[in-house]
Order: sequence, then structure tokens, then C-alpha cells
Amino acid sequence: MANQTEKQYTEILGLIQAIAGSGLDEVFIENGYKIKVRRNSEVVTVQAPVAVPAQVFAAPAPAAHAAAPVTTALPTEVATPEPAAAAKNEIIVRSSMVGTFYRAASPNDPDFVKVGDTITKGKVIGLIEAMKLFNEIESDYAGKVVKILVENASPVEFDQPLLVLEA
Amino acid sequence: MFKKILVANRGEIAMRIMRTCKEMGIATVAVYSTADKDSMHVRFADEAVCIGPATSKLSYLSVTNIISAAEITNCDAIHPGYGFLSENAEFSRVCQEYNIKFIGPSPEMINQMGDKATAKATMKKAGVPTIPGSEGLLESIAEGMKIAHKIKYPVILKATAGGGGRGMRIVNNDSEFEKAWNEAKMESGSAFGNDGLYLEKFVEEPRHIEIQIVGDRYGKVCHLSERECSIQRRHQKLLEESPSPFITAELREKMGEAAVKGAKAINYEGAGTIEFLVDKDRNFYFMEMNTRIQVEHPVTEEVTDFDLIKEQIKVAAGEPISGRNYYPKLFAMEARINAEDPSNNFRPSPGKITELHLPGGHGVRIDTHVYNGYVIPPNYDSMIAKLIVTAQSREEVVVRMKRALSEFVIEGVKTTIPFHLKLMDDPQFQEGKFTTKFLESFDFNNL
Repeated sequence: MANQTEKQYTEILGLIQAIAGSGLDEVFIENGYKIKVRRNSEVVTVQAPVAVPAQVFAAPAPAAHAAAPVTTALPTEVATPEPAAAAKNEIIVRSSMVGTFYRAASPNDPDFVKVGDTITKGKVIGLIEAMKLFNEIESDYAGKVVKILVENASPVEFDQPLLVLEA
Repeated sequence: MFKKILVANRGEIAMRIMRTCKEMGIATVAVYSTADKDSMHVRFADEAVCIGPATSKLSYLSVTNIISAAEITNCDAIHPGYGFLSENAEFSRVCQEYNIKFIGPSPEMINQMGDKATAKATMKKAGVPTIPGSEGLLESIAEGMKIAHKIKYPVILKATAGGGGRGMRIVNNDSEFEKAWNEAKMESGSAFGNDGLYLEKFVEEPRHIEIQIVGDRYGKVCHLSERECSIQRRHQKLLEESPSPFITAELREKMGEAAVKGAKAINYEGAGTIEFLVDKDRNFYFMEMNTRIQVEHPVTEEVTDFDLIKEQIKVAAGEPISGRNYYPKLFAMEARINAEDPSNNFRPSPGKITELHLPGGHGVRIDTHVYNGYVIPPNYDSMIAKLIVTAQSREEVVVRMKRALSEFVIEGVKTTIPFHLKLMDDPQFQEGKFTTKFLESFDFNNL
């Protein structure tokens, strides 16, 4: 049994190395096991360790005194966190602005898009209100709407995922 | 008092401002570009909003995205820090329009002090000593030469919209005038979009000594004494100290009084700095006014025991200042630690910090946003930490600074630490005998 696992391990390691040097961005292999190797095309930014150096979070204050406890609490995200890594044929449409996202032109109008709709590039998928101005948000991609990630009238930040499309 | 402040900046100054906010019980909102996703200030804040891509113009300089971020998080004030939008009159105005308190001066004050020729005229009218020169912009070479004869060469042609040493030319005699004029005009036109020039007497080998002031909205202004900032390379400060080794109690009093007079004349509100040139005879002349908190503010904080950021926030919230002036009780120096290679023309050295140990101990303060494993992005300025050292005498500060610098470990990137170590050993520096020309003859090899 151990031999089999060891053999598989060496094989997988070899595959990963070969893929890394191949220049391919993404490879999916199924051979009794399944592996997906994806190369990040952007500059790699290292995830900071969660244990931030002691300097930042200063001397521990006795619990009774803490007005706003300075602990390792992560900052409140403005909206929903990043969805799980998109599958091969999925495209995430992201916000290019900061503001409040609306799914329809007005409370009485139907939503611009709903799950199941097939949209073309340039289709208005929502409005983002910023500084009292409403901006039409157009999709840069075509596809079928698989998931809508923001609720009506919710705040969005730059780069925030709005929709998932299936190409 | 404000309930929530958005810090429209990044790096160490964002940390600095948020720390005081936390002490004051004010909630904090960080804004960040995608390149700063893993930055410390993002994690430190109560809330964080991504406002754009790495390019500053589309993120930290985006008035729309920043105001929008303040709106969706319900902030009642914005602290702009230094650089970026801190002296942008339009941003100050938009904040006013959207009912968000800009922790800084009004658009009118920014405009008045931002245009160098106007600032000088305003200060002169208020009775602040200014460098002899032209009244406003020069109309022609002939006019310039006439004034040069009156005030005597050498003179300097300066761009009214200039900064960072650009758009300036020294003129030693009539024959050099036309060439200098043409070059300065061309340089300032292309760098700042404004080729207006004014003329000043060129003060040779001056010291750059600035006075920290704070004004409230009730017309009171006070000063917090001086900072000596003559250690500059290409007009960029590398080390600052207080008190100045060149200043006397009498000169401090005169300069402080002049600074307060100048700030009162424009009804200045908030923290600000008035920069002076001081010649070898201890004559001082107004150079410019910075209407924001400055990088080197910790030096003043340590010698006067005063939280300048807290004062900025209080003044913005409508609280009055005490009206007292503050004088140095101790000695302090700040070394700017930049991710640059001082042996190679200070070439920027971004990258991953693979090993980090910060110095500590009595009289040692570090203002930084970096941590072990942090990747310094190439998109922003290279300052990664400020090392501020305080002691009971200037000699002890130098000894302590040396100790702290040699304890400071940063691996993976090059820094200006070796330069600062060599500076501490320099006999001229140790004697306090230096001007803004000092680094021009400094040996940057063998660091």
C-alpha cells in the first residue's frame, strides 16, 4: 500500500513540475486521482501570516479596560467574501467602482439580469451609485448568469465579484 | 467628536493615524489599492474598502472612489495623511460638499499656500520675513535682470507651481540669465503645466529649519518649536532633528512668533508647518508653508510630548487649542528608512522582506507598516519605516541612534540603514555643523 502511495506521490510531483515549466496557465488531470494546477498570471503577493508581529498589537490590556479590544479580529468586510475559485469555464464579473450596487433601474423595475439569463458583452447588469450619480455597469464578458453575488442596495468595493458567468 | 474616520492614505502614516483614532475611541476605515491587499493598515482598521488598482491615480488619488468609500461606510471625517490628496483643494472642497469633515485646511487655504508666489506675497504682507525678490511672477527677462541688479547676484529663478527642486535655476550674472530663464520655463511648463517664474535672492548654504504650528477655528494659533531638516539629498529629507543644533533660544522665539503671525494672517486651521531658510548669520526667510501633517512630525511629538494627530482631529472636531507654545524638553532625531540602495544612487529596492527585527528599548520609536514576509510593492514611495530616537542630549541621541540602527535587521531588500550609520559617525554631523549642501559632498561609497 505504502509503495502505491509513494509511487503516486512521485508521479504527481513530477506532473506538477512539468506543468510549472510548461508555460501553461491551467491544467486539469484525471488519472485515478484528480489534480488541477493553476498558475497565477499576476504578480504573486505573499499572504501575510495571521500571527502579525507583536509590535502591531501592543501590550495586552486587561479585558475589563478594553474599550474596543485590539485583538486579531479581521476587518469587517464591506460585502461578501471572495467565492471559491472559479471553475475552468466560469468568469467572474467584478466591480470597477466603489459605491452602492442596485440590481434594477428603480424599485418598480425588473432586475437587469437574473440567474439563468444569457447575456452579451456590454449588457447592463446593474447600477452603482457613487457620489449621488448612478453609473450603468456593463459586463465585459458574454455568458450565462450562474450566480449573482451581491444583494440589491448593498455596498461594493473595487474588484468585488458581482456575477458569475458561464462562458 | 467624530464617530468614524476614513484614512485616505497607506503605509506607516495610515497606521499612525489609526492608532490615535483607536485611542480616541473613533472607528477607522482603511482604503487600499489591489497592490496593498496584504498591507498592515488594512488589517489594523475596523473596516476596509478596496478603492482601485495599483496605479495611484485610480486609487489613492481617486476623489470619487474615496468619497464613495466614505459614503458606504458612513464616515463623518476623512484624514488625508501626507502626500496623495492631503493638499488637494478640490478634494477638500468635495468633502465639504458631501458633509464629510476634511481633517485639514479649507480649499481656500490650500490654494493660498499652494501657489508659491501667492504664499510669499501673503506672508510678506503679514510681516513674516521673506527672501528679497520679485513681487509675484516675472513678465520678462529684462524685468528679472533689473530685480537681480537691485538685490544682487546670485539669484534663483523658481517655478511658481514647482516642487521637489524642479523648475529652478541659479543665475550668477547677467550672461547666464537668458539660458536659465528658458530652461526653467521649459522644465516647469512640462513638469507642472505652469511655466510662471518668480525670482529670489539665492541664499547660499542655507539651513532648512521649519516651525510646527497648530491653529483652531477660533483664531488661535500656537507653535511647537523647530525641526532641523537640512540633511537632504536632491531636496528629499533623509534625517530630521529637534532642537536644531544651530538655533538659539532667541532665534526660536523670533521664528516661532513669525510662524504664528503668518498662520494667523490666513486664519489657518489645523496642523501645519512653516519652512524657513536660515543663513549663516541666523537671518531667516519664509520659504513655504505645508498645510498638512508632515512625515517628520514624530520628532516634535517626542521632544514636546504631544500627539499631533490627536490635536488635528480635535481641532477638526471644533475643539479649541490651549494657545500655549511648546518647547523641546528632550533631543530627538528621525532617520527615514527607505527601501533604496544608498550605494547605488538610492535606486529603489522593492521586494519581499525575508527577515525583520525592529530595534527597541528606551527612547526608541518605530513608525512602520512592514512585517516579516511583507512584499514591498514597487508602485509607491520607498519609505518603509521611520526610526525616531530620543535622549537627554544630542550626543546621546547619536549614540542611541547608532545602537538602534545596528540592531535593525531588514533582509531581502536594500535600505538606507548603512547610510544613516555612516552619517552618525560623520564628525561634521556630530558637531551639528551642516547646511542643505552637506550631502552633496558626502561619500556614499564604502557604506
